[in-house]
Amino acid sequence: MRKFSLSVLSEVFAEIAKNATLYIPATDNAGGAKFTKWAEGVEYLETLNTVKSPKDFFFPHTEDLMEFKVTGKNIELFDIREESEDFVVFGVRACDVKSFDILDRVFLVDPVDTYYASRREHGVIISLACTRPAETCFCGTFDIDPATPAGDISAWKTEDSIYLEANTAKGEALLAKLDVLTEECDTEAVETQQEKIRKIMDKLPLKDLTTDSFGGGKTLDLFNSEKWAELSESCLGCGTCTFVCPTCQCYDIKDFNTGNGVIRYRCWDSCMFSEFTKMAHGNSRLSQLERFRQRFMHKLVYYPENNEGIFSCVGCGRCLSKCPISMNIVKVMKALGGEK
Amino acid sequence: MNNRTETLIPVVGVITDVRIDTPDVKTFRVVTPEGKKAFDHMPGQCAMLSIPGVGEAMFSITSSPTNTEFMEFSIKKCGCVTDWLHQAEVGQQITIRGPYGRPFPVEEEFKGKDLLFIAGGIGLAPLRSVINYCRHYRDDYGKIDIVYGSRSMDDLVDYKEIVDEWTKDTNVDVHLTIDREQEGWDGHVGFVPNFVKELGFDTNKTAIICGPPIMIKFTLQAMVELGFNKEQVYTTMELRMKCGVGKCGRCNIGSKYVCKDGPVFRCDELDELPDEY
Repeated sequence: MRKFSLSVLSEVFAEIAKNATLYIPATDNAGGAKFTKWAEGVEYLETLNTVKSPKDFFFPHTEDLMEFKVTGKNIELFDIREESEDFVVFGVRACDVKSFDILDRVFLVDPVDTYYASRREHGVIISLACTRPAETCFCGTFDIDPATPAGDISAWKTEDSIYLEANTAKGEALLAKLDVLTEECDTEAVETQQEKIRKIMDKLPLKDLTTDSFGGGKTLDLFNSEKWAELSESCLGCGTCTFVCPTCQCYDIKDFNTGNGVIRYRCWDSCMFSEFTKMAHGNSRLSQLERFRQRFMHKLVYYPENNEGIFSCVGCGRCLSKCPISMNIVKVMKALGGEK
Repeated sequence: MNNRTETLIPVVGVITDVRIDTPDVKTFRVVTPEGKKAFDHMPGQCAMLSIPGVGEAMFSITSSPTNTEFMEFSIKKCGCVTDWLHQAEVGQQITIRGPYGRPFPVEEEFKGKDLLFIAGGIGLAPLRSVINYCRHYRDDYGKIDIVYGSRSMDDLVDYKEIVDEWTKDTNVDVHLTIDREQEGWDGHVGFVPNFVKELGFDTNKTAIICGPPIMIKFTLQAMVELGFNKEQVYTTMELRMKCGVGKCGRCNIGSKYVCKDGPVFRCDELDELPDEY
């Protein structure tokens, strides 16, 4: 394990930024935080979680896939893919780090999504243990330990220092470059920190939320539950939950006519939107009840059924704080799990 | 530049023939600009066709894999992409990618069996591929029965091929029906599910159904009444798709994605999935 004093934080950032684009949590000038490209003068913001999840480092909100030139009846196709630049993201919380594993199981299984894979290969994740988990946090429900975040490098922040431990070859290579700025240290301070975090976790209001009623094989019982009607009644179908969610991965593919050709791009989509499943001759999910049910069934039943029991939720709590009608996965889990 | 194969990136295809099948169905022949088949497939698999600037949509490949020269798609005019295709002329380039999905188990389950194909309307398109595959390897399969119905005489897709080729094969029986009486039609009149019951097939057959959802539902009911088990009946599904490989997240029925786990399903498999299709 290595550490450096907080007084040299900007030197460490500068060193990392010599070889790769560095992103750190910084103010979004709207009361929240967002991952921001580091440059001299960009201040690291102590924050629990960014408003948007860091999934768009690998799966951007929109991205161009290919280009076409259409001349009369003829089409020319251009593969515009480029290898991703090298980049480092500092300060990713344990829940968000886990979300990358969940996305990997979609995008990296055969046939591999090469757009995603290229970014995944060129990105280095420096996670950061949580110092003060919030009341909306329930990562523990999904066996995520916020005191031991994964990532290429795990990091812990104390009052005066940041401690680093490499977990992968990519992480070791980056840590080696920080040799001069960091020093070898024991794990005592980190262990004390972890104890503190776990004590806070034990007091969180959602600590008893369980996944016992969910998982693969429970499809028909849960799908046919009468509770969906009441749960979905107020849903506006705005899709905010899916856009802040670190594991939502549904996308649309669309064409844009530039006047000089056609760009085919993909962008995030949401199963909460009425046109998501609309075909020329009908729609398999006509009501918001069906769309609402799909989102939660996917996270709690369908995804685990296809992925050895792993749930497609990391308990980051973003949807709890962002839903305009205060509906969220916790309420759904409690209602379907039998809790009043 | 990224050298890895990317399934979302199609190849260019050329429409080399357009056949008018019915007032709203045309069959398009597609090859690469070099005049070759774009890729190989198995019966029941699909391909994504697109017109840059208009959109991309999934279609079943209606020609048999045994056709080594080109692929055919029978397409009903009913939305943006299909409207555009219907005004396309020979020589028009489009894009094509695939093949996608789980095919009919022609080698594993169908071999040696008597087969009963039941189609309604444009539902014949995906079945034509497997029917012609089984006709090509005729000795590998038993008796073939084909029940096909449409709204009217003019709405029967591939009518010429059915009459000129299928009805003339040995050990192949074709049973056609149309919904309402029509001048010049001396065949059966009535809906497919009832026709199937009237014909009353032996229950030792393996059945393959495709058509509008309501037709599939009632035909399956008729089959069960005749004594068929759902394990003997296959169907092929269609839902909205974007990627074709189970990633864009929209064509699922429960935990199954129609694009990759389907489109072919055995009817007992569907019983285990939520009723949302």
